[in-house]
Amino acid sequence: MVDFLQFLVAGLSQGAIYALVGLGFSVIYRATHIVNFAQGEFVMIGGLGTAGALSFALPMPLAILSALVAGCVAALVLDLIVIRLARFAPALLLIIVTIGASVALRGAAQLAWGRNFHSIPSPFGSEPLHVYGVAIMPQVILILVTTVGAVVGLQWFFRRTRFGQAMLAAAINPTAASLVGIELRHVYTATFLIAGLLGMIAGLLITPLAMVHFESGLAFSLKGFAAAILGGLGSVPGVVAGGLLLGVVESLSAGYVSSAYKDAIAFLLIIVVLLTRPEGVFGRRSTGRV
Amino acid sequence: MPFFPAHKLPLAVLGLVLVALPFLFGGKYQLSILILIGISAIVCVGINLLVGVAGQISLGHAAFFGIGSYASAVFTGDYGWNGILAMFAGILITSVLAATVGWPILRLKGHYLAMATLGVGLVIQLLLIQEAGITGGPDGRAVKALTIFGLRVKGEWAWYCIVAGALFVVVWGAQNLMSSPWGRALRALHASEPASAAAGIDVHQMKVAIFAASAGLASFAGSLYAHALAFVTPDQASFLHSVEFVVMIVVGGLGSVYGSLVGAAILIVLPQVLSSLSDYENLAFGVLLILVVYLLRKGIVPTLRLIAVGGGR
Repeated sequence: MVDFLQFLVAGLSQGAIYALVGLGFSVIYRATHIVNFAQGEFVMIGGLGTAGALSFALPMPLAILSALVAGCVAALVLDLIVIRLARFAPALLLIIVTIGASVALRGAAQLAWGRNFHSIPSPFGSEPLHVYGVAIMPQVILILVTTVGAVVGLQWFFRRTRFGQAMLAAAINPTAASLVGIELRHVYTATFLIAGLLGMIAGLLITPLAMVHFESGLAFSLKGFAAAILGGLGSVPGVVAGGLLLGVVESLSAGYVSSAYKDAIAFLLIIVVLLTRPEGVFGRRSTGRV
Repeated sequence: MPFFPAHKLPLAVLGLVLVALPFLFGGKYQLSILILIGISAIVCVGINLLVGVAGQISLGHAAFFGIGSYASAVFTGDYGWNGILAMFAGILITSVLAATVGWPILRLKGHYLAMATLGVGLVIQLLLIQEAGITGGPDGRAVKALTIFGLRVKGEWAWYCIVAGALFVVVWGAQNLMSSPWGRALRALHASEPASAAAGIDVHQMKVAIFAASAGLASFAGSLYAHALAFVTPDQASFLHSVEFVVMIVVGGLGSVYGSLVGAAILIVLPQVLSSLSDYENLAFGVLLILVVYLLRKGIVPTLRLIAVGGGR
């Protein structure tokens, strides 16, 4: 039982990270119908950027701020590149462009922060707490709390703020939204900034537990995409559940079956889910248009 | 009946180019690059039929390439099979596997199909990495030389001839397929699945067939790669390698057989050129990729064809 709880805690914290990355995919997909494979690079920028600034002896808040600024610049550039293309290019071309952007971001990170692995210290130290025999790193609690906060904040933003409502409207029907005076350009820019921030938050949260280097982004892109697909791409609660499910399945299969094959088990699960529910676990069924 | 039918002209030009290339770029290093281009081009012709012509997505084809290369490595190395036999065994295994996996997942569309093929590719690569007893694990394993009719294939020239010959046959086959009823059926289901189904095309069967066939071609190319380089690693089956193949056909031109060749050439030569930039390599490669998609939306070969047609008027 203790083992199970231990695996569950590990899985939930990892899953929360996947959920944050998956939400980035979801937010951009909902607004633009683009799958942004550069999403994982924001995780890398959040972690590496902070570690890089810390190495210049900057205090933690300033280091985080500098990483966020770097990531927001990257998000703005991405927005500029991708959105201009999105008007006329087919889906596959857009995927290729975001992959090109992710390679470029990886290259830029390599230039800025080198090829080494980096870590950042957890604000709560690295002494685990023991709850009913389960060892929990304080950072894990921070991850879970921050993720809940981010999801609630995101929902509040989309449901309760004027700009969030405008973004939802633009996602549902861009033409009608622009007719009622919503500036689509601003909506798209905000979308990329939000997605970038979600990724960077994930990076800030995970780097104290797992080292990052300039090539770390790809794995997060794949897992985040998987989480978003599991959740049905569009819905916020769905993607969060998808991320948590992915993290827990990975952790349990690593614990009970084989740590070498945890990724394989996770991806097989995704394929099975897709086959039984092609719109994702929480996606809505839709009838195709001929 | 004209002495030389016009639609055969591109194929004849390809033949001439393939013969001329090693005389223009005859250095050992240049030949090895040409061999790599040829091998990638064979994969790309298959993927282009699947992605460009039939309108499906695959982000996992490198795994099939990997199965082919490991089949050659294992069957010739551990079981002492003849290289040609091992190659065909690899193609058979890969095609059957692709058909089995493809049967359920090809009902998915768009991003969901991308996810499923990506997942299949990752699982296969993980198997190649983890089953170290057979595959040699993450470091890969050496591959025996290929022998054809008792002759050992050795040196860049011999390999160039084999790869160029294979590529020529593959292109010729793909051209024939495109102008056959099957080719038209593939293009039809890209345009509209319900309409094709209404016209009597078994849409799902066509998709599975072209998926399996393109996987078989990837496996064949993988076998050639394994013998030509005498070494295989699980990197050949990676997600990034799968993406590379898709980028090749997008750059060269979706749905264009010759575009596959041009795309493969560019994506193989470019990193060689960029490697002189060392630390700037990734950045430059990413930026170039974006620029190419921007400037040549339809891909290089179709864009050039448009220009040629426009200029002719």
